[in-house]
Amino acid sequence: MPKQPPLPDAEALCAALAAAMRGHVDPAATALVGIHTGGVWVAERLHAALGLKIPSGSMDVSFYRDDFNQRGLHANTRASHIPFDVEGAHVIIVDDVLYTGRTIRAAMNELFDFGRPARLDLAVLTDRGGRELPIAPTFCPHSMSLPASQMLALERAADGGLSFRVMEK
Amino acid sequence: MGAGNPQLNKHGELNHLLTIEGLPRDVLIRILDTAAPFSEVAEREVKKIPLLRGKSVFNLFFENSTRTRTTFEIAAKRLSADVINLNINTSSANKGETLLDTADNLAAMHADMFVVRHASSGAPYLIAQHMGATGRDHIHVVNAGDGRHAHPTQGLLDMYTIRHYKKDFSQLTVAIVGDVLHSRVARSQIHALTTLGVPEVRVIAPRTLLPTGIERLGVRVFNDMREGLRGVDVVMMLRLQNERMQGALLPSTQEYFKSWGLTPEKLALAKPDAIVMHPGPMNRGVEIDSAVADGGQAVILPQVTFGIAVRMAVMAMLAGNS
Repeated sequence: MPKQPPLPDAEALCAALAAAMRGHVDPAATALVGIHTGGVWVAERLHAALGLKIPSGSMDVSFYRDDFNQRGLHANTRASHIPFDVEGAHVIIVDDVLYTGRTIRAAMNELFDFGRPARLDLAVLTDRGGRELPIAPTFCPHSMSLPASQMLALERAADGGLSFRVMEK
Repeated sequence: MGAGNPQLNKHGELNHLLTIEGLPRDVLIRILDTAAPFSEVAEREVKKIPLLRGKSVFNLFFENSTRTRTTFEIAAKRLSADVINLNINTSSANKGETLLDTADNLAAMHADMFVVRHASSGAPYLIAQHMGATGRDHIHVVNAGDGRHAHPTQGLLDMYTIRHYKKDFSQLTVAIVGDVLHSRVARSQIHALTTLGVPEVRVIAPRTLLPTGIERLGVRVFNDMREGLRGVDVVMMLRLQNERMQGALLPSTQEYFKSWGLTPEKLALAKPDAIVMHPGPMNRGVEIDSAVADGGQAVILPQVTFGIAVRMAVMAMLAGNS
């Protein structure tokens, strides 16, 4: 068994991420869009911590993934929901883990089909390296390195507590 | 094609959609679940998603259709596919050979999907089988209505509509009313309803418009409309298919309306929250009264809208299962 690096504390990272974003958001004008499923949970936390007024959106980027021709349509695809006008807005895409950057590319493509934001940022809890596209987060309180054979996922307990789990692919 | 169900590939995934008959329940549920997020695409500024970008979908309509062809075309275009519509006259002789020759020619143009409507039962199956036998399993076939046999996407969009309004199939009583004999829609509906676990499926029709042995599909037959409509949750009307009638099956359309037309007075026998469905095009004053068609219980136009999402889901699932 390869030695596991200690997993970050997801709750502490949510707080650190909110702190990093605080001076850069306008509670009356900034909108969040969480990527299913972990990003939606993180966006909920950030929305409360930053006192944002615009309701957050959620996106399931399955319709925009670049591996559709290899893997087909993901099971359990959910509807995306953007409850605000993207045109001219300051939007922050929120996800739990930044890895290859392909999900973020898909999310940006999808978001632009709802309108042209004035400014787009990316907030993630952790960056696990392994980027395959030229994408960098605007806000990211933590980074780590994991082998490609492992998957890092955010989980939510019944009481709403967030934690990370590593799975072998 | 897979050894068991010709519609499934070796992984048990949907490779063609030819008929609902014999499709496992989980495949039907998967299609309905998958259709839900596609309905959201219509709400966007840009009503298009890139799943089928660079793919060519050929609408092969050997029989006329406006609604079905249009909704398949919209569905394929919203998936970013290139759509080519062919309305092919069926009067040419030697249909079997012509059909496969047509398919071969379009396959040579790098078709990725055929949407086939044909007056002969089994035509889409024949194309799918031919593609499989010639090593072109990556070309998917969707049956858009074949003869009296099947109209699977209509059956699926009807199930989507029922689930949208009634949430759960397991407590429902559903009545299918009208010209069952000539209706591929009715066959697809019956297979879908029984597979999805609807406990009571009723078929209401005059004896002359019922195929023999219909009971074997697991339905209760009523030859009296008032009796059949009592207490139902869903009324699925069928179009009286004048163009398919040969011989004197009916006295007149006026007589038909009197006995088998859905009027507000007959609908009142169903549950107060019953929904009324119709696959279109409607013959007002023949199988359905305008007061019902335009009334608060009718969900006929939502059926059309849901049909686009269901067809998008089917095409995306097939294209992704190469």
